[in-house]
Amino acid sequence: MGYLISKKAADEWLAKLSESHDIFAPKCFPGEGCFSDTDVIRYGQVHTLDEIEFDRRSDYSFKETLLAINETLFYFTEDTSTVPVGRDKRLLIFLRSCDLHALRRLDTIYLKNGPEDFYYRRLREKADFVLMGCRKSCDTGFCVSMGTNRTDRYDLYIKCEGDSVWIDCPSDASPLCAYLKKTGAPSCGVVPDYVTENNEKVTLPKNLSTETFDHPIWEAYGSRCIGCGRCNFVCPTCTCFTMQDILYRDNENVGERRRVWASCQVDGYTDIAGGGSFRKKQSERMRFKVMHKIYDYEKRFGEPMCVGCGRCDAVCPEYISYANLINQLAKEEHE
Amino acid sequence: MGLDINTKKAKKNAYRISKVRGESAARIRVPGGYLKSEILGMVQEIAEKYGNGVVHLTTRQGFEIEGIKLKDMDEINEMLQPIIELLDINQTDPGSGYPASGTRNVSACIGNNVCPFANYNTAAFAKQVEKAVFPNDLHFKIAFTGCPNDCAKVRMHDFGIIGMTMPQYDPSRCVACQACIKGCKSLSVDALRLKNYKVVRDEEKCIGCGVCVTKCPTRAFTRSPKKYYKLTLMGRTGKRNPRLGEDFLIWTDENSIVKIILNTYRYVKEYINPNAPGGKEHIGYIIDRTGFAEYKKWALEGVELLPETKIKECVYWSGIHFD
Repeated sequence: MGYLISKKAADEWLAKLSESHDIFAPKCFPGEGCFSDTDVIRYGQVHTLDEIEFDRRSDYSFKETLLAINETLFYFTEDTSTVPVGRDKRLLIFLRSCDLHALRRLDTIYLKNGPEDFYYRRLREKADFVLMGCRKSCDTGFCVSMGTNRTDRYDLYIKCEGDSVWIDCPSDASPLCAYLKKTGAPSCGVVPDYVTENNEKVTLPKNLSTETFDHPIWEAYGSRCIGCGRCNFVCPTCTCFTMQDILYRDNENVGERRRVWASCQVDGYTDIAGGGSFRKKQSERMRFKVMHKIYDYEKRFGEPMCVGCGRCDAVCPEYISYANLINQLAKEEHE
Repeated sequence: MGLDINTKKAKKNAYRISKVRGESAARIRVPGGYLKSEILGMVQEIAEKYGNGVVHLTTRQGFEIEGIKLKDMDEINEMLQPIIELLDINQTDPGSGYPASGTRNVSACIGNNVCPFANYNTAAFAKQVEKAVFPNDLHFKIAFTGCPNDCAKVRMHDFGIIGMTMPQYDPSRCVACQACIKGCKSLSVDALRLKNYKVVRDEEKCIGCGVCVTKCPTRAFTRSPKKYYKLTLMGRTGKRNPRLGEDFLIWTDENSIVKIILNTYRYVKEYINPNAPGGKEHIGYIIDRTGFAEYKKWALEGVELLPETKIKECVYWSGIHFD
């Protein structure tokens, strides 16, 4: 069912939803960008629509709302361990179509790739998703190429324009729209905005194989890469983490175990006991990342991992274009 | 009839007395070295109409139009007027050129309009100080630099303003990738350590350069909303005792800096050697004479320092002595 209400009424509705949900959405954090007097758009808790950044793509994806950058798995003392009590309230997460497609990749990795992940499962079950439409394409995104430019798998769709707010709630029985129905919000047809063309167009190579490992392109890009990991940290489908045991200084048998985001581009990712390290060169790491995104994952789960949000291209300080790298691989197949 | 020019007046009007008799060079001040490109065309016009078509880019980021005639100063002043207005230079009498030249052009590095390492808008602060101090005939050199790398060489100035940021660390966003630690070690002062997988900043060692912020891939390190500065004092070139400026205030703010500079003008008026040639004496020599304690008393009058500002109780300069 679709609704058209005023911003004031929508904020009252959000306030009502806040009783049951913590609302997370892309927010502008002024002055917190990489450089002086620049902003960053990333996820944060919101209470009103005006706090939400609707116009620009977030620099960091929604994934940190489901996968905390640092998550304590358990606390341990000398004879017991305690798992932190999970979140009490439900989550309401605002995100765009590309990110909603990324959610399926996160689900696949954490729920369908071997045993289910307890921590992801318990949070995921409490999450509802609000689609934000895209009226025009972002600069570096290539969602159309990846088929992620539209979706109908949302719990809510919200569009703001001036003082008007359009809402679509596909499930009439959803508690998310109960308040709207109760207060007699005027209904109307609402169809989510989506883009049909991007500036960036990407063709996936079709004949990748283990022979691609020896391609000179990895060295060409790897020699430019500084291994900062930004591409992984902004990516909505990178899910790797590492483990950290934090020990009391005075008693090493007491502490906590955390899992923390990891990057396959950063030193240490493939370090193993005994001092070994599998991928020492940036070119090997670049190959691993790209092949995982568009080859290995697809072989196992039937769709590419990359959703074409374009964040990695926008954030790379060395101007490495993942999209262009893939296009080069595809182009060579035609030659 | 011989050329009858008041050279003292001409110099104060920002004209150089050159080695070629009757010839001068017109100096144009560009605070912060920041100008609209249309001014370049105006400079070109003067150089081609009254000069020899050559312009020198001065060490202080101004222009010096070469080969002009001292007798043409009035006409050139007319042509300088739109430049003076576009650059918003304080003036006493429109059409008469620059009212002073002792206080030199306030210079700056390119700052955060362009540079990824700069911690503030150097040109904007330079213009703010220019508005506060000019016109003045006392010999003051002031320069701004965006970060402690000091590309603007502000430690060669009476007042050097170095941009700082107080790193804000959110451990919940930190992934222990150590980009900040490596960056601080290779580019700055090695003030960061990893303890229990989180970054510990040595607050005594940290110089507020912001390298940790630019290196951080997750926004765990961000800049402080407030902009901070280091104020260095009395660097100078010169024949007797060239010296590098020394730290006076660390983690200070705009207001304190502007007040201290203005207070220093009052101090110099009080203590300058009345026989100084051309009324020009390096402030540093005056401080050598009165002692730093006396200078500090004048400099800090009415200044309310931030609680976090570190102040050097006494300042000693080294440098090379030829006297």
